Amino acid sequence: MVAPVAARRRTRAGSARIRFGFAVIAVYVVAAAIGPWLFRYNPVDTRTADRLKPPFTRLSDGSFAIFGTDQVGQDLLAQMLQGARISIAVGLATLLLAGTIGVTIGLAAGYFGGWLDGVLMRLADIQLAFPSILLAIFIAALLGPSVVNVVIVLAVANWVTFARVARGQALATRRREFVDASRTLGAGTWRLVTRCVLPACVAPVLVVATVEIGHVILAEASLSFLGLGTPASTPSWGVTIANGRNYLADAWWISTIPGIALAFLVISLGVLGDALRDRYDPRLRSL
Amino acid sequence: MGAYVVRRLFFSLFVLWGAVTIIFVVLRLVPGDPAYIMLGPDADQAQVAALRAQLGLDQSLIQQYATYLANVVHLDFGESFRLNADSMSLVLQRVPATIQLATTALLLSLLIGLPLGVIAALRAHSWVDRAISVFSLMGQSTPSFWLGIVLILVFARGLKVLPSAGSGSWAHLVLPTITLALPFLAILVRLTRSGLLEVVHEGYVQTARAKGLGEGIVVLVHAMRNALIPIVTVVGLQFGALLGGTVIVETVFAWPGVGRLLIDSIGRRDYGVVQASILLVATIFVLINLLVDLLYGFLDPRVRLAGD
Repeated sequence: MVAPVAARRRTRAGSARIRFGFAVIAVYVVAAAIGPWLFRYNPVDTRTADRLKPPFTRLSDGSFAIFGTDQVGQDLLAQMLQGARISIAVGLATLLLAGTIGVTIGLAAGYFGGWLDGVLMRLADIQLAFPSILLAIFIAALLGPSVVNVVIVLAVANWVTFARVARGQALATRRREFVDASRTLGAGTWRLVTRCVLPACVAPVLVVATVEIGHVILAEASLSFLGLGTPASTPSWGVTIANGRNYLADAWWISTIPGIALAFLVISLGVLGDALRDRYDPRLRSL
Repeated sequence: MGAYVVRRLFFSLFVLWGAVTIIFVVLRLVPGDPAYIMLGPDADQAQVAALRAQLGLDQSLIQQYATYLANVVHLDFGESFRLNADSMSLVLQRVPATIQLATTALLLSLLIGLPLGVIAALRAHSWVDRAISVFSLMGQSTPSFWLGIVLILVFARGLKVLPSAGSGSWAHLVLPTITLALPFLAILVRLTRSGLLEVVHEGYVQTARAKGLGEGIVVLVHAMRNALIPIVTVVGLQFGALLGGTVIVETVFAWPGVGRLLIDSIGRRDYGVVQASILLVATIFVLINLLVDLLYGFLDPRVRLAGD
């Protein structure tokens, strides 16, 4: 009779992980939403007296730079709060776009089957056989750096997982009795797909989205670091970290601190995604 | 087995054709004249005319596609105007450095990841297992460009025990290898743990135990062999992420591989080299997945028999 106790303890650990994940993410979202109002960041404001000051320095205007300043005397914390806004916004917008493309393709493939399914899923296979960061780099190189382009690039690189999940759900649902019943009552294809099959996709797609958003935020930072993501004038975390590389000898904090903030957010999203997946849909583990 | 090999070979060719086609489509979908986009604002008329002729931009799309496919088959991505050499040979010169980095990172991941995964599975739900899974989660979530910078700060600038950039000696290989290996290693730990946990309660593992074999042999020979099957597949797929990671790691450590050439070429708008490097990396990835599929068929007869 040990097993049930252990299982219960694991479930409880699961809800602790979910609470931890939500709590940390809530802190980030609140910081990103109101932080930039409390700590003004002005990219063209240069204060030479405050250049490259280490963390915990009192600046010339009396303000306190808890994370130090960068090469033009900007407060690093203000820059990071602005960066949090960009990272989270890009992450959400990418998931929305990738999710919409992926779910539409997956539903079409799974519901209609046949040659359409064959073509769409081979397309997905090809894309999976192509390292997604390379595809993103290639498209970003052609489109040039901008926030909108990053979202497009990352959505193109990430729709496949959503398509596979939606297709699986559509295949499982379309033969169920309640769908047949609706069809018998005269429901058209559009109604069957949107009212019967789509709702079955919502839960697994949300779980996948939670697992994916951490990867998307990391990918955005990587692209920005390479100079292919958000433009240099937009202080996303990747841009700030790349910028700090030129001052490693004098100012370790410019690159280091935003990276810790980024890693901690991605870890929390990973914990939350895994916990949600284990609780609601363990079958998704292989994705 | 023969039919299985042929089927996988055809699929690999099909995937490569798809990758080539995606590049063609993306190049034509981007608004503007591809020749102008590829050459940038500072190109002279002769260069634009030469590239337009090479791409066949005055022909129909179908003809352009045919020309493009023929060029790709001949590994002809045009001259690099910036480096005055054939694009593909420029990329091929950089391949050994990237392969060296990727191989050492792969070996490091296997040497550390597999044992850690086995330990975590054997001590499932203990504090050792928790510690290993926290490490694995951190490894997967740490941005590698950031990790590279921190390693440079600590080991090159702080302790001054390792070089911060460049190549040439084994010491140069240490930091890039660790940076590239960490996310891959972290995934490997998770896969090994869950793969082993799935088979430890199978009948054949109990049989092995019941006939008096030592725990080490039971785990390493009987359980591990079956746990390896899913691990091998995912390792093949994740190897693409490792290859993609070389782009970032080579940029951080100024490692003279394909990834750094790719990023430099994007900066120079040298798109022949960009296409050649992307297709080459995609080809390496497809070949590795072909090997993985064949190995998979060898490890698990059910796979190769399924379609026959």
